[in-house]
Amino acid sequence: MLIQFTNRGIFCPRANIYIDPWKPVDKAIITHAHSDHARWGSKHYLSHKDSEFILRYRLGTISLETLSYNQPIQINGVKISLHPAGHITGSAQVRLEHNGEIWVVSGDYKVKPDGYSVPFEPVRCQHFITESTFGLPVYNFPEVNELNIQLNQWTKENATQGFNSVLIGYALGKAQRILSALTTDQPILLHSTIYNTNNALGFDNSPYIKFTQEFKKEQLNPGIVVATGSVIGNPWLKRFDPYRLAFCSGWMQLRGARRRRNADKGFIMSDHADWQGLNEAVLATGAENVYVTHGYKTVYAKWLRENYKLNAYEVETLFEGESIETESSETIGEQTETGQQS
Amino acid sequence: MKGFANLYMELDQTTKTNEKITLMAKYFSRTREEDSIWAIALLTGRRPKRPIRTSDLKLWATELAAIPYWLFEESYDVVGDLAETISLLIPLQKSDQDKPLNKVMIEILEIASQPEEVKKKWLLNYWSQFLRDELFVFNKLITGSFRVGVSQQLVFKAIAKAYNLDDKAVAHKLMGNWLPQTTKLQNLLSATSSSFDDSKPYPFYLAYQLDIQFSEMDKLEDWQFERKYDGIRGQIVVRNKQVHVWSRGEELMTDKFIEFAALGNILPHGTVIDGEILPFKNGSILSFNEMQKRIGKKNVTQKVLTDVPLCMMCYDLLEYQGDDIRQKPMHERRALLETIVKTANTELLHLSTLLMPKSWDELDFLRNESKKLGCEGLMIKHKNSIYETGRRRGKWWKWKVDPYTVDAVLIYAQSGHGRRANLYTDYTFAIWDNENLVPFTKAYSGLTDKELIEVDSWIKKNTIEKFGPVRSVRAELVFEIAFEGINLSPRHKSGIALRFPRILRWRKDKNKEEINTKKDLLQLLNSV
Repeated sequence: MLIQFTNRGIFCPRANIYIDPWKPVDKAIITHAHSDHARWGSKHYLSHKDSEFILRYRLGTISLETLSYNQPIQINGVKISLHPAGHITGSAQVRLEHNGEIWVVSGDYKVKPDGYSVPFEPVRCQHFITESTFGLPVYNFPEVNELNIQLNQWTKENATQGFNSVLIGYALGKAQRILSALTTDQPILLHSTIYNTNNALGFDNSPYIKFTQEFKKEQLNPGIVVATGSVIGNPWLKRFDPYRLAFCSGWMQLRGARRRRNADKGFIMSDHADWQGLNEAVLATGAENVYVTHGYKTVYAKWLRENYKLNAYEVETLFEGESIETESSETIGEQTETGQQS
Repeated sequence: MKGFANLYMELDQTTKTNEKITLMAKYFSRTREEDSIWAIALLTGRRPKRPIRTSDLKLWATELAAIPYWLFEESYDVVGDLAETISLLIPLQKSDQDKPLNKVMIEILEIASQPEEVKKKWLLNYWSQFLRDELFVFNKLITGSFRVGVSQQLVFKAIAKAYNLDDKAVAHKLMGNWLPQTTKLQNLLSATSSSFDDSKPYPFYLAYQLDIQFSEMDKLEDWQFERKYDGIRGQIVVRNKQVHVWSRGEELMTDKFIEFAALGNILPHGTVIDGEILPFKNGSILSFNEMQKRIGKKNVTQKVLTDVPLCMMCYDLLEYQGDDIRQKPMHERRALLETIVKTANTELLHLSTLLMPKSWDELDFLRNESKKLGCEGLMIKHKNSIYETGRRRGKWWKWKVDPYTVDAVLIYAQSGHGRRANLYTDYTFAIWDNENLVPFTKAYSGLTDKELIEVDSWIKKNTIEKFGPVRSVRAELVFEIAFEGINLSPRHKSGIALRFPRILRWRKDKNKEEINTKKDLLQLLNSV
């Protein structure tokens, strides 16, 4: 087999290279820059070129080589190429081929275009490794256009009633999607982690106010605040009173998840594939062997076996996704992010 | 239906009470009365019985969603709410018709008695014509699980606002026995007390837990002190020789508490007494456990009546000679109550004894006798207080005794429902029985949201085995459990049953070797 599942991560012995390892290794391909996939300590990294700045910003001084999509390289006879995963900027599926055996490691992905990152492209293979974060039929995400309309309506309505709108999303990926979706002319203030992430991504920060200690309420009056989940339950939010708060996450599909957080509103905005998306993606690869990682892996693997007669297996990984509370790659990423750097 | 579903979603999305009142008031003033009366009924907890079996609902939803049944069950486990699961699973139609709430509700009432095929056809038709929010609210109604995060008082305030009435009067008018399908909103709201139906109780006045210093209160002699008995708070309503017994949950308990029927010939017309219904035999109060057993029985047999007879410990008088006297001060109402109870001279009615402490210290001493007397603590009422509606601060206080506590270790966890869906929040705890850990109680509430999330994440990492929705976990986390009472129970593995168990705090400072033993609890049981 070209790929093995080891306690350091997904491994290709022939090329002596790991994909998103969770322990330090010699050579690591990084599918995308979220902290549960891009961990520090490896000697050499390989990623898509659009991940470069954010990886350097988050992992510090590293030895990093980058590729474009569909630009194959050879390592000891293994042909390796990256393909768009549609998850966040620079996110990639990794295709590995040797002697006619083809694997695709998809990392995190979504099928529907978000209007910001390069859209997902299906890659034919025999062995497909898929996430299953939202691998239950109750997860059916709304169309991006419809969602963006709701988002803008909500902020507008809040403003009319004299409320600031606080939008909570992960600094890398979600925040840029939110900012791209907003069509308002209200002032928009960014939490510093998001501001810095934008800078590292080359995302234009000029329309936005960066939060500093000198912030005055009148600067918004009323406006929009985009922040990471780390501010929840924190006095930081008090200075935006009166405000209404919304989480932007796929988990907002479930009423309980929103109510538990006492959020005024939940926008079902996810960078992961929903149920339909997962099924489409799996079928489009034509793979007979599917390895299901983080999420509802038992359920989803069983579904693939029963419904599509595929050889589907559950694989234990350290990628996160079982519940909203460990959703470090989606909304509540702040601690992991800073924790990794220190 | 659209308007009501919309109201539901809006109420669901705010935690601010004033906003909730405004939203409801806006709904009432925009909605036809025949729909509003249903909305009022539903918002105040008068929900229809489940017209269709849950197993049928699940089956038909699975068919419509075209998924295997096990996948439906897995989804339900994660979502934690049947109505929501169904509304997320069945394919949405683009059709956008609206149907008045009262029509939908009447159909829900009528479908219950129809044969299965008719039910199925009816249901599939509804499922294919709603958009997601309406679908969800509709499913809530047919699963019998319709609940909204508004207290009755908020609903009363909203109605008062919409129709320009006094909210306390609204509260009274909406109490008791009315059915939305046979009541006109106009009649309900315009009724004067004389045209009320004879069963109508008054809204209960509830006390807050004492949380201020005695120095902040008026003089000792301005207050009335009584024991807080551990039974069922209720109202006995006697009008035209008819007796109605209401529980605080506004349930009509007349059929369960049949001995009170005799009061129809004893108490004068137009008498309403507020008190605690207690199991009482041979001059002493029986344990609450006995009362619970009695309520659980389907039929009130002669044996039950002999074994667990009931009485009311009378606290207050709300109606006297047909007049609503709730605006009279406490001491006047008390004097009238004494006359009524003494004249009645029956074992069914007892006067709650007034305590006469000479100091606040003595009051505390009296409070500490509570458990020995089978009481929960003391009631402190201002002698000049009127009988308010709902829970209010200032004039009435309850001062409970401290609960019993026990340290125990978490061994099983189950995911919660509703707000706590997809989060392991329902816990089973164990104590030592010699060398073994024996499960002895479940407890839910008491942790902060933050702690819940922390424990949930620990549970997921420390699971030993999964049995359906339940996980067994490593015995490691210790919690302090508070409870109000303890009884022997052959139904429980440990042989012990606790009353009102809840988590007091997470004892991160303790390990499982330091928790309590079964012997400790048995000792406590014998000392009570």
